[in-house]
Amino acid sequence: METFTQITSQIIPLLVNNIDTDQIIPARYLKAIDKNSVAEGLFADWRYLPDGSPNPEFVLNNQLYTGAQILLAGNNFGSGSSREHAPWALTGCGIRCVISTGFADIFNNNALKNGLLPLTITETQFIQLLTKLQEDPFTKVTINLKDQTVLIDGEVEFSFEINAFAKKCLLSGIDQLDYILSFEEEIIQFEHQQV
Amino acid sequence: MKNSRSEPLTLLDKIWNEHVVVQESDAPAVLYIDLHLVHEVTSPQAFTGLRERGIKVRRPKRTCATMDHSTPTVNINQPQSLDAMARVQLQQLRDNCAEHGIKLHELGCETHGIVHVIAPEMGLVTPGMTIVCGDSHTATHGAFGCLAFGIGTSEVEHVLASQCLLQNKPKSYEVRVEGELPIGVSAKDIILALIARIGTEGGTGHVFEYTGSTIRALNMEERMTICNMSIEAGARAGLIAPDETTYAYLKERPNAKQGAAWKEQLARWSTYHSDQDAVYDQHVFIDVTQLQPMVTYGTNPGMGIFINELIPQPLQETNFEKQQTLQKALKYMDLDPDSSIEGHPIDVVFLGSCTNSRISDLRKAAQLLRGQKIAKGVRLKPGEYAISTSNRNFEGRQGKGGRTFLASPLTAAASALSGKITDPRKLMGG
Repeated sequence: METFTQITSQIIPLLVNNIDTDQIIPARYLKAIDKNSVAEGLFADWRYLPDGSPNPEFVLNNQLYTGAQILLAGNNFGSGSSREHAPWALTGCGIRCVISTGFADIFNNNALKNGLLPLTITETQFIQLLTKLQEDPFTKVTINLKDQTVLIDGEVEFSFEINAFAKKCLLSGIDQLDYILSFEEEIIQFEHQQV
Repeated sequence: MKNSRSEPLTLLDKIWNEHVVVQESDAPAVLYIDLHLVHEVTSPQAFTGLRERGIKVRRPKRTCATMDHSTPTVNINQPQSLDAMARVQLQQLRDNCAEHGIKLHELGCETHGIVHVIAPEMGLVTPGMTIVCGDSHTATHGAFGCLAFGIGTSEVEHVLASQCLLQNKPKSYEVRVEGELPIGVSAKDIILALIARIGTEGGTGHVFEYTGSTIRALNMEERMTICNMSIEAGARAGLIAPDETTYAYLKERPNAKQGAAWKEQLARWSTYHSDQDAVYDQHVFIDVTQLQPMVTYGTNPGMGIFINELIPQPLQETNFEKQQTLQKALKYMDLDPDSSIEGHPIDVVFLGSCTNSRISDLRKAAQLLRGQKIAKGVRLKPGEYAISTSNRNFEGRQGKGGRTFLASPLTAAASALSGKITDPRKLMGG
């Protein structure tokens, strides 16, 4: 897994609550049997017009955000279907961090396994970020995972919480399956007891 | 920690404790998984991962596969009607199952069907198990007193490889449902009412346990409908402690044990309930005697009202974000605030999905439809309205631009007769 230590980027605001995984990637893009070809489906129903051309109104199509790695979304991001295609599509389009006041559990788990940081902040911090973006929509923000801080112009805006194990895995790119398989003896023993 | 023997445990505690293989400090538990259900959409990349690591499926016998997502709902025996990508995906599952010795319930075979419908029907689901599937509606199986939840494809790979998952223990949430269900009101209305009450994120980080007299009076299929939609309130799983209703259902399954072996099993199953003084992290209470048929008006399952209520007015919402969310939903649905939802025309009626396509659901609908004539079925086109017994009314969920009202099989059937949203009680003399 790709490690996550620190990123500095503009923030793409997508201020809609309850963005479900059907919006992140509609079902018709789930027929792929690999991970790489799903990126074109990211927010497809919002991103493209009915004729297939890019929707100029949709924020991800704004060229001023080209290369941005951070998405700021409304509450309860990633609800609904368990499709891991959602984080694959996001990372496939260059997103490394989604900031929200809340994430659905399965999306949160899926994101962490793909080097995508689901950064949960408080409502106060959310408003603080929005205020900064109102002053300068293209301001660059730094997310430092090791220190658990969000910085603007080198100054700490606020710090954030993250589960210690998730942080360790992201920082050093630990593969969770390798971690599980390191307990193979315990698993065998468990299976013997279970019978 | 609720580990000591003297302390009362919740049902969640009991199943969890029995399945922890390893618990290191500062790490999630390594949790053993008893049954892994696999389908074509969320598994191909997981099998590819196994191949890249050069490892085989650890417990093929604890793994069960079916095809139920990229499959046709009509002309099931004509896979040529599918597009090329879907055909490749189905073939991939066949190949993966053959390579790893996994039983596949192939398209069109007798046991083929929606994964969350067929697994209980075949008797694979029994109390106290841990069950996962790369599908968020795995919560369905909690109706049998199992800890069952949806996982992503990386986790599908973890379970295929190790029969284990890394999980932080969720919190417990008691959903107490009391009272006798009024005529024309059913399990679907209970769960839609719960989601409307606590919101689509109300259960995040929690596992629901449904308790109370109303739940006890439900049959297994109704209990599955309720557990199925736990995820729509944000909870990864929903549990119902097993009882005589559960045992009667299991006794009729293929390969159910007999005699002493059955009794032994019963004794073990009967331990799967929350202890009397068990403490839940959260509670909610629902009195169903005041409940009416529910219909959703918006684009998430929490946007539900009684069928005779008016569509909410966004301007009355004081929270700005909620106001915007509501406005956006009503715009997508093209519905007017303060207007009546009952009587709204519909183009399509959908009776089905892993929430409400079981035989008892169809019987309920059929009883209401008996001797009556409905319009010929059509596919949902952009902008059209469907009343659906499914679980999600998200934008585009039933096809791009389609608009979905969620309701019970009874309400959907009543609406099918009139071509508009109809209160089933008016056709039931209730």
